[in-house]
Amino acid sequence: MENLSILTRLDYTLMIVAIGAALLGAVSGTLGTYAVLRRQSLLGDAISHAALPGIAIAFLLTGSKTPLILVLGAAIAGWLGTLFILSIVRLTRIKYDSALGIILSTFFGFGLVLHTLIQRTGNANQAGLDTFLFGQAATILESDVLTIGILGGIAIVIMLVFWKELKLLVFDEGFAASLGFPIRALDILLTSLLVIAIVLGLQAVGAVLMSAMLVAPAVAARQWTDKLSVMMLLAAGFGALAGVGGTIISSSASRIPTGPTIVLCATVVVGFSIVLAPNRGLLWNRLRYQRNKRNLKMLGGQLFQSEEQ
Amino acid sequence: MQASEAKAIEVTDLTVAYQEQPVLWDVDLDVPPGVLLSIVGPNGAGKTTLIKAILGLVRPAAGNVLIYDKPYEAQRRIVGYVPQRGTVDWDFPTNVLDVVMMGRYGALGWVRRPGRQERELAMQALEKVGMEAYTTRQISQLSGGQQQRVFLARALVQDATVYLMDEPFQGVDATTERAIVTLLQELREKGKTVVVVHHDLQTVTDYFDWVMLLNIRRIASGPVAETFTPENLRTTYGGRVAFMTK
Repeated sequence: MENLSILTRLDYTLMIVAIGAALLGAVSGTLGTYAVLRRQSLLGDAISHAALPGIAIAFLLTGSKTPLILVLGAAIAGWLGTLFILSIVRLTRIKYDSALGIILSTFFGFGLVLHTLIQRTGNANQAGLDTFLFGQAATILESDVLTIGILGGIAIVIMLVFWKELKLLVFDEGFAASLGFPIRALDILLTSLLVIAIVLGLQAVGAVLMSAMLVAPAVAARQWTDKLSVMMLLAAGFGALAGVGGTIISSSASRIPTGPTIVLCATVVVGFSIVLAPNRGLLWNRLRYQRNKRNLKMLGGQLFQSEEQ
Repeated sequence: MQASEAKAIEVTDLTVAYQEQPVLWDVDLDVPPGVLLSIVGPNGAGKTTLIKAILGLVRPAAGNVLIYDKPYEAQRRIVGYVPQRGTVDWDFPTNVLDVVMMGRYGALGWVRRPGRQERELAMQALEKVGMEAYTTRQISQLSGGQQQRVFLARALVQDATVYLMDEPFQGVDATTERAIVTLLQELREKGKTVVVVHHDLQTVTDYFDWVMLLNIRRIASGPVAETFTPENLRTTYGGRVAFMTK
């Protein structure tokens, strides 16, 4: 009887974690779609790394490990980092990739220094902060699921409300501007939604690998469809799948970090999609090539025969 | 009446500089309503920049642009724009009809989605450019000429009075070029003003009734017969024009 109750409690914890990871995967997959289409995959990486010092500073200022406070710190730092990158590109002659590199490593380095300092102070409270580096889905509680659900939900609703405007921004910025849409404001809006998706995932997946959660589901989804709405739904689905899969695998064996496991699951989906998807898949291309070659050969043979006659 | 004398586009003392070097220097341009005007000039002459400055997409260092006597911001609804084909990612997951309907987004305003009316307008525009068979075609599967016609259709649904087009003939075959020219001339017959960035000096006299010669400064602008002279061309291209006009 006692064993059974432990088992059900375990299952319940696992279920909460799985739900959290699934929501997370869905939110980051959806918003990551735009990041991929805008060729801003690396921006996600910069944001997640830039968020790290925000977590440390939030902890130093409040002494609290409440997820919402740490997430808020992460969001502010991630957002500042993004604004720095966009401003550097606009105001100087430094190119986008260099600006990304500079901000990513500076913020991340600063974050690591702060974390080390916090650890040195021997604050008993600090133990959980490392979570944000590599992620630990096992620490997801009901309250975290609620946070992910509500904030992620808000981000997705905002994206849906401005669906037409954001699509136009991503497809043809110049035309959007000529119609009078404020493209800089829309750009900041879209980036802010991306920041929300990223900081929500830091606890479970970690700063180092979070960008993969944005990019991988969207890249996989693009292989299967040529329609934006379908691509987003698929990306959400793939993200959720990777989240649940990674959580279950990492919970079944001890001491496997969840973040990397989730990312590896997402990678499997990407690999599968790149090889097998119709039209865009490698296998499909190979078959089409063979078929074309065969058809041409037949045609060539006929031509040859007709010449003989 | 003043209305009959109104200029479709009036550019005064326009100077644009991205870095230190000016891209456009003190440019004036008056375009009367109902003309088909081509902007020609060598690479780096500022043709695209001029179009973008008229549309308020680049901020000028000095100067002024008026569309029918009002600033562009007040006249967006009567201006249609065809950007260069190469400025967008044609692998974007969407189809032809969807792209054409984007031309209605300005009139729709915030948040409202395109509906049946927009769909019908888009279909009509696609018929005009001979692309009605391609409505559900993925845009990644279009040829260069088809992409260009999709962009034209998108501008047509804007139902504008003034059209600004950046190299609509780039990379299209002779048949498509002919079809596009016919379309532009039809627009002119309806009293619309069409400004086209153009590269092929050989066809200027055939296709257009007005021309602007641009090389950072405005060299000349006016009716083709008076403006498109060997002398002006030499000034524009620095004597590097190997062939002469008819």
